[in-house]
Amino acid sequence: MKFSVIVDALPHLLGAAVTTIWISLLGVLLGQVIGVLVCVARQSGNRGLDMAGGVYVSFFRGVPLLIQLLLIYYMLPLVGIDVPPLVAAISALSLASGAYVSEIYRGSLNAVPHGQSEAALALGFSSTTIWTRILLPQAFRFSVPALVNELILLLKASSLISVVGVAELTRTSQTISASNFRPLEIYLAAGVIYLAINSALALFGTLVERRLQQG
Amino acid sequence: MDSNLLVHYGPALLRGFGVTILCWAAGCAIGLALGFALMLLRRIDVKPLRWIIRAYIEVIRGTPFLIQLFLLYSGGPAIGLRLEATTAGILGLGVYGSAYFAEIFRAGYQAVPKGQVEAALSLGMPYGGILRRVILPGMLVSTIPALVNMMAILTKETVVLSIITVPELMYEMQTMAAETFASFETILGMALFYWLLVEAVSRLGRRLETRMTRFLSHPSNARA
Repeated sequence: MKFSVIVDALPHLLGAAVTTIWISLLGVLLGQVIGVLVCVARQSGNRGLDMAGGVYVSFFRGVPLLIQLLLIYYMLPLVGIDVPPLVAAISALSLASGAYVSEIYRGSLNAVPHGQSEAALALGFSSTTIWTRILLPQAFRFSVPALVNELILLLKASSLISVVGVAELTRTSQTISASNFRPLEIYLAAGVIYLAINSALALFGTLVERRLQQG
Repeated sequence: MDSNLLVHYGPALLRGFGVTILCWAAGCAIGLALGFALMLLRRIDVKPLRWIIRAYIEVIRGTPFLIQLFLLYSGGPAIGLRLEATTAGILGLGVYGSAYFAEIFRAGYQAVPKGQVEAALSLGMPYGGILRRVILPGMLVSTIPALVNMMAILTKETVVLSIITVPELMYEMQTMAAETFASFETILGMALFYWLLVEAVSRLGRRLETRMTRFLSHPSNARA
């Protein structure tokens, strides 16, 4: 073990960690949008929409992320969209995250008492208003802990996008250890950085949860 | 797709699938055994031991599987741990799974009613007997859904092993894709295959769950 190796590589690793963080954040944010849309589609009462949503969720939860990533990476050029690896990577992360998020929301929606939407319906609220004013705000509140957890999972999963050459933390560690032949030190450092980010996120999740419980 | 292709690549793909199953089964076995041992060790009232186990679980759960694999496979030789890709893959899966399994077992242990253990103690059963006859069966029933879920997750994680060149299905498939220039078709086939595989593992698990817990809905139990 030579710690000087870690010290030398640290600036690069930290820079790459920032890339990892913003890619994961972007993935989770887009995943939120997809997840809410899929969830609403599945609860809309339209059979076709419900089935399409069901297949989407089943596919993206059942197929390993690495395969989804390569699928998108190879598919987009085929349909004439030539995208940089970064876009393919973020698309894959958001699509996968969307499937999990829609399930999180489905669970939270069940926690909103049914009488509330019935009451709103009786008062003449339109179904859009019921969704945007009554169901989704509460569902979001219930699902905050699960969403923070989802961000942690996505942050770990984002290591896989190194495969298509996005220079995030894992890819950068690979590059550095290939040039200085010190994989043990470099991967240890990368592991510690991942752990630190995830621990911070977990702490943040606990704080938010506690605050929400206070009402 | 060309049918000659399947004839040509069929054996390699089958072999790859065999390696995938081997890695999954061995990884699950190691993970379950190690996870159970960790759970038991954690119950011993020695503070440093508890801290170490807790740190182990947090570290494994807080870092990406891929980084753990790289550490084991590329970083290992620096401390004299020279492993073949497949061995490293199996060990990596086992270590990764063990942290999650340990948490599942811990929850399962806590779910066994305390009165059952006390009753067994007062009847003079030795701890080994209590563990085997009282705690373990009770735990198994309550943890099966979570265990099955984790095993399905590990099925998906086996494809990550291809990155450290374990010759499993994904690796063989990528070789084929590179040689035939039919990347998209190959990967689409792969996606559908894994979709079915993971679905099959989950279904099988659900069936097992129903079978193992069927006595819970038995009328003679409902009254108790």
